[in-house]
Amino acid sequence: MKPFSYHRASDAAQAVARAAELPGARFIAGGTNLLDLMKLGIEAPAHLIDVNGLGLDQITETPAGGLRIGTLVSNTALSADDRVRRDYPLLTRAIAAGASGQLRNKATTGGNLLQRTRCPYFYDTAMPCNKRLPGSGCAASTPGAVTRPLGVIGTSQACLATHPSDMAVALRALDAEVGTLSADGARREIPLESFHRLPGAMPEHDTVLRPGELITHVTLPAPVGGRQLYHKVRDRASYAFALVSVALILQPDGTGRVALGGVAPKPWRRPEADAALPRGAGAVMERLLEGARPLSGNAFKIPLATRTLAALLKEAA
Amino acid sequence: MMDFDQPAGDSRIDLSRILGQPATRIDGPLKVSGAARYAYEQHDVLEGQKVGYPVLATIARGRITAMRTTAAAAMPGVIGIVTAPEVGKMPKPFAFNVAPLFGGDEVVHYHQAIAVVVADSFEEARAAAARVEVDYAGETGGFDLHGLWPERREDARDPVARVGDFEAAFAAAPVRLDHDYSTPAHSHAMMEPHATLAHWQDGRLTVWTSNQMVEWARTGLASTFGLSEDQVRVISPYVGGGFGTKLVLRADAILAAQAARRLGCPVKVALPRPAVMNNTSHRAATLQRIRIGAEADGRITAIAHTALSNTLPGGRGENAVDQSRWFYAGAHRLFVHHLGEMHLPESNAMRAPGEAPGLMALEIAMDEMAEKLRMDPVAFRIRNDTQVSPEDPDKPFSDRHFSECLTRGAEAFGWSDRPLRPGSRRDGDWMLGWGVAGAYRGGPAMTSGARLRLQPSGRLLVETSMTDIGTGSYTILAQTAAEVLGLPLEAVEVRLGDSDLPASAGSGGQWGAASATAGVYAAGLALRTEIARRLGVNDADTLVFEAGTVRGSDGARSLADLAAEGEIVAEDAIRFGDFRKRQIVATFGAHFVELGVHALTGEIRLRRMLAVCDAGRILNPVTARSQVIGGMVMGVGAALMEEAAIDTGRGFFPAHDLAGYEVPVHADIPVQEVIFLDTADASATPLKAKGVGELGLCGVAAAIANALYNATGVRVRDYPLTLEHYLDELPA
Ligand SMILES: Cc1cc2nc3c(=O)[nH]c(=O)nc-3n(C[C@H](O)[C@H](O)[C@H](O)COP(=O)(O)OP(=O)(O)OC[C@H]3O[C@@H](n4cnc5c(N)ncnc54)[C@H](O)[C@@H]3O)c2cc1C
Ligand code: SF4
Repeated sequence: MKPFSYHRASDAAQAVARAAELPGARFIAGGTNLLDLMKLGIEAPAHLIDVNGLGLDQITETPAGGLRIGTLVSNTALSADDRVRRDYPLLTRAIAAGASGQLRNKATTGGNLLQRTRCPYFYDTAMPCNKRLPGSGCAASTPGAVTRPLGVIGTSQACLATHPSDMAVALRALDAEVGTLSADGARREIPLESFHRLPGAMPEHDTVLRPGELITHVTLPAPVGGRQLYHKVRDRASYAFALVSVALILQPDGTGRVALGGVAPKPWRRPEADAALPRGAGAVMERLLEGARPLSGNAFKIPLATRTLAALLKEAA
Repeated sequence: MMDFDQPAGDSRIDLSRILGQPATRIDGPLKVSGAARYAYEQHDVLEGQKVGYPVLATIARGRITAMRTTAAAAMPGVIGIVTAPEVGKMPKPFAFNVAPLFGGDEVVHYHQAIAVVVADSFEEARAAAARVEVDYAGETGGFDLHGLWPERREDARDPVARVGDFEAAFAAAPVRLDHDYSTPAHSHAMMEPHATLAHWQDGRLTVWTSNQMVEWARTGLASTFGLSEDQVRVISPYVGGGFGTKLVLRADAILAAQAARRLGCPVKVALPRPAVMNNTSHRAATLQRIRIGAEADGRITAIAHTALSNTLPGGRGENAVDQSRWFYAGAHRLFVHHLGEMHLPESNAMRAPGEAPGLMALEIAMDEMAEKLRMDPVAFRIRNDTQVSPEDPDKPFSDRHFSECLTRGAEAFGWSDRPLRPGSRRDGDWMLGWGVAGAYRGGPAMTSGARLRLQPSGRLLVETSMTDIGTGSYTILAQTAAEVLGLPLEAVEVRLGDSDLPASAGSGGQWGAASATAGVYAAGLALRTEIARRLGVNDADTLVFEAGTVRGSDGARSLADLAAEGEIVAEDAIRFGDFRKRQIVATFGAHFVELGVHALTGEIRLRRMLAVCDAGRILNPVTARSQVIGGMVMGVGAALMEEAAIDTGRGFFPAHDLAGYEVPVHADIPVQEVIFLDTADASATPLKAKGVGELGLCGVAAAIANALYNATGVRVRDYPLTLEHYLDELPA
């Protein structure tokens, strides 16, 4: 681990000001992802700005009838919140499907959105990896590589990896927005749809956040109702990243929304696929996964996604 | 030395009061409270301990052409760097080590240790290690076993065993099976990574380490560093799991000892978790072919098992065919074991080496064969059970109750109610399946010694180099000593894992419990003899040891009283005679499983598991059950998820942690039941006991594969049984 300086900020303005003063600074919240990556030499920030003292740990109601979730609300607290359980059960279910109880106690809302990929080659600093070291190549795309955990759609030649968050898949289906603050005082409300990037030629950028930009909160629009289900398929019954996960919101009239995890560099949703919901799982996936480029080891993710959605539709009916 | 040179007769052990009782683990409270000090936590045994962090090769094969350490050496806290080229080639520590652990410029596998950076703190050592720069001249190598298989599967020129005329008998058999099976490489994935603290003083080396075999480790260190064995002391009181990867020395010990010697200070080295997968050892992947021919009545007439496994040149691979030689009858037999030389990291022993992957294949084949014969798979196995070696009718099994395992299990599991047709039973969207498989594992025993010291306080110390790798050695050895000396369990204290103590069998191959209790039994008899001598009694057997007293014709005296003048010490060891080799001493079991497969998503959820074990006298039903259910959990892993996937282009295992290499979690494990048959194998040990630690794993994965078939009608012959193997064949 490279030596770093450590700073505690006491409010959001101070945190972003500090970040602007200290090039190469990173925010640290629960530390469940960033610290692991620092110990492994994958991330090497020169400065850490601890945001746990910012007071952004409340869930409040918005004038629009939704919820504003402070970035420091833990995954445990968010999934257990009565309003979330009642009005956004999809979010509760998705969070509970992720990590372990201990990790969710530490993991924060903003940190969860910014967790990095679980591509095995990203974790070995001896391997070429465009996401870790831009321009070094992609170890996962050479013959003989282990490709089972990688993505099937939205990937690029430069990077084949997925985004591992479960929470983000639910937030995508719920049309959440990410609220940020920059050192110049600018605030943005970024729709989750455009928050995570596709890798293209620059897989090192997972999101559209700018250096030093702080996530302050996530906003949920007014509840949309319907049956809300999240199902995560993995090789063991718990405590594993998704092979495929499916978020479904199904309205009584058969319309609804579908988002996928485990298949793409971002939570995967398409309006034209949502529109196909009344015609069943096959019709949805035809649109949702159109243009997929599965790899030798992960082509099964496509039928698996279809089958998992079919199971959810059956359960929701 | 006590020679065990004929089967045990009736003895007081048959009437045991403490042995065989369900005592809970003596070391349990220490472990759950953190008071048990593991190798890396020996903070107070020495002043001035420094921390070493390994530098690992990042090519699979080749040569180091340059190593630049100046920048690393200038990092804060760094005390020194020891590099493999500067140390030069070192002798291989032990016959069972395959890859070099350290020294020289040749790289034979990915993440081979090539330097160790020593600093004041772990963090400083790790930061500096990241700054060591290495240039290599890489070479290509063979990394894909599948390329060798088409040729090897046909090649029977050099069989392990051949009896009768397999080819002719197979061709003539009315019912035949011929299929290929595969098992992937497995990682031991034990909880405690390898770790060692090394210290030199006056030319003597002491290591606190995590090792299953204290004597082997001592021999290995002595030969590596050119010392005599009495110049080396190995201390390994607690081992946080080993599963075979800690049978022999690994790089942590060599790096720590090398650095401590060169830098003149105690050095400790733990392998970081990401190093465990490629730096240490793994269970080889196997490709297997099984052919079985049978008469219409279910009698096997011909059986052949061929397997190929990966190994570095000079290694032994994974012999997946041996259990098939002894498990089922059949006159015409052929067994072939091919080594596929590959340049992957070292494959070596892992829990039930050979049997675990061998039975994963064989016990699917038996299920398939039963189906072809329209027989109950339980009945088919019973039909082919044998009491003598299938290769030699004059060689009996010492004590074999395999059929009883099957019938007891079938009864307890309600097997008669099983779904007869695959895919015929449902619970909503869950397709239910039941499966059975047989288990076989040898019952080895090795020389083992102990010293017993009766204290003036009346307490008894038991000292042996035996290890407790989480298995319960502390507890069963205390029970053995208490039994023989007629003491309450609380009066016995057990000291383990130190090469200064009497040499023991160590822990491996499920020989530990049987051998080490026999060693303590021998020492116990020696102590009884010594006590008798002090009482002026010729025959210790005329004395009654009971409730802390010894009673003879002259009345009773307390043991404390006898030792009041000074401790009474006796030492002995057990040696196992050749008569054992004229029979087959082995353990047997049957596994039953019920599971559900989601008809849409293909997810598998186990519903219940049952194991019935025939393993001789059960020394402690609590610790034995824990061993068996732990084995069953490992079997669930092998069936459903465990795979050390190979990057066949680069020649390494890319999964470096327990998120990438999955083992079962609690949510994967259903109700587990274990039944021990009430057996006692007089040829096994004086206590008539055999091991169970590996038996519990054997056959489990095949029972699950068979249940998957019964649930879905899809036969999967490649492990792990992940859903891509059968998803497309499930109902839409
Ligand atoms: C073993 C294991 C298993 C896991 N399994 C799952 C799983 O199944 N599903 C799943 O979804 N997740 C899983 N996770 C990931 C876990 O959810 C994340 O580690 C966690 O959500 C990260 O939150 P944190 O607060 O700890 O983030 P940190 O580690 O503190 O930070 C993560 C990143 O976010 C940045 N950051 C944090 N807060 C802010 C902010 N306010 N503004 C700007 N940047 C910020 C940091 O700079 C850093 O780059 C697992 C993690 C582990 C270790
Ligand atoms: S897939 Fe992406 S994360 Fe994985 S090695 Fe390639 S560039 Fe790196």
